[in-house]
Amino acid sequence: MSLLEVAELDCRYGLLQAVRGVSFEVAQGEILALIGANGAGKTTLLRSIAGAHRPHTGKVSFDGADVTRLPAHRRVSLGIALVPEGRRLFPTLTVEENLRVAAVSHRRGRWNVQAVLDAFPLLQARRKVPAANLSGGEQQAVAIGRALMSNPRLLLLDEVSLGLAPVVVDAVYRSLIEVIQEGVTVLLVEQDLTRALRVAGRVICMLEGRVVLQGEAKALDRDRVVAAYFGLRRPAVGGAPA
Amino acid sequence: MSLVNAIVQGIFLGAFYAVLACGLSIMFGVMRIINLAHGDVAVLGAYLTFVVVERTGASAFVAFAVALPVMLLLGYVLQLTVLERSLKSGILTPLLATFGLSIVIQNLLLVAFSPDVRSLGGSAGAFTTASWHVTGELSISALGVLVLVVAVVVFGALQLFLSYTRPGWAMRATAEDPDAAELVGIDSRSVYARATALAVAIAALGGLFLGIRSVFDPVSGPTQLIFAFEAVVIGGMGSLWGTLLGGIALGLAQTLGAQLHPQFSVLAGHLLFLAVLVARFGGARLTLRLAR
Repeated sequence: MSLLEVAELDCRYGLLQAVRGVSFEVAQGEILALIGANGAGKTTLLRSIAGAHRPHTGKVSFDGADVTRLPAHRRVSLGIALVPEGRRLFPTLTVEENLRVAAVSHRRGRWNVQAVLDAFPLLQARRKVPAANLSGGEQQAVAIGRALMSNPRLLLLDEVSLGLAPVVVDAVYRSLIEVIQEGVTVLLVEQDLTRALRVAGRVICMLEGRVVLQGEAKALDRDRVVAAYFGLRRPAVGGAPA
Repeated sequence: MSLVNAIVQGIFLGAFYAVLACGLSIMFGVMRIINLAHGDVAVLGAYLTFVVVERTGASAFVAFAVALPVMLLLGYVLQLTVLERSLKSGILTPLLATFGLSIVIQNLLLVAFSPDVRSLGGSAGAFTTASWHVTGELSISALGVLVLVVAVVVFGALQLFLSYTRPGWAMRATAEDPDAAELVGIDSRSVYARATALAVAIAALGGLFLGIRSVFDPVSGPTQLIFAFEAVVIGGMGSLWGTLLGGIALGLAQTLGAQLHPQFSVLAGHLLFLAVLVARFGGARLTLRLAR
């Protein structure tokens, strides 16, 4: 049974059409990666699912219920949590306050401040520090932890590796994989193709607002993905490109 | 000795300005709204208290306790009906909306209460005129002490609320990034409405003190707004304790100015305000111009 269902979604910023008629489903427990070049509409799509952007037309259903018109905070209480691009922490709030403000009282589960600190040990010593004074990796860990505080059923991750050193990205992903193994459904946007193909079970590639390629991560051959990513008409079949 | 007296009276006066300015500071801090009707809301609170006193014969303080929940509700509804819509259409619209609201409140008060001046002093008990004569030239009024204590309690309670409670964190989070706050499950509309309710209620408290200290009429609001605005700017826009200190600085400037010449009182406050503006923003503009 699919947990998330996106049907014919159309998102606009004024006259600019960022997402054009996108439809897909995410099954319970699945890890789906959205890939595509800058401006492909990935972030807009994620924000529309989280409720931060109101779609022009189309429908978003979560757990069988239509949530298209629901404001973002109501979707959080249903179990959708977004780790936004650029982390978007509350700068003057401490790490602990950033986490605790995001707790949703009626959504009980495994996650609380202590569990987040255990999952991201680098935050342990920083809990009383304002978020503005954290390093990029620490901020990203808080942003993920903050999303987990609502004990989400669907976790949306927008470019968690952006602007981080490769070593830090590895650490963040190690913690993330442990989290994912606990059974949460994940939809992630990732620029790093290799990483996306490794972490995700299924991949959707977007180009200029449309889905141009999708399939099982294992079954997709890298050249086809690259071709779809850059919008090349004919995927390179063997041989080096001219 | 009269200098010491001026300083003590200045602190008491400043505490009054700080209470008036508190709500203005909250609304600017949380929503970036400069509420031009803030002074009129304070006067409205004073009138509401006055009506309760007239009807029941109760003390002004008891009457204020009755008026308080009405003002809280008024603030909540004001946000959801008027300010929320105006916030959606850019930064200037709330300014225009609250300016209009100011005119509406003044005229409704004129229609309902005539232009006569009123006071709550008589209904607040002998307390309002009690004082301790420390020396011949220094007397400490009970009302002054009360206002100072209430100001410290109000600002202290707000600080505790913002630092140690989840609704307080939600308010700070929404003030810093309303979009991200929504994404972690905070209902920003309701946070804004609560902030406005709080601001309106504290403005009414300022109105109560205004009515006890002196007199008010339907058009007293704008003068109170100017003092409140100056206190907020002197203390630094959006800073809570800054507003308390800004209010006291303004009060001190006025009483010390009056020491020089009685006519110099209000002017000294304005000059302090202008000096702070120039020091904070004028300098930056000057360096910019030099850099070009």
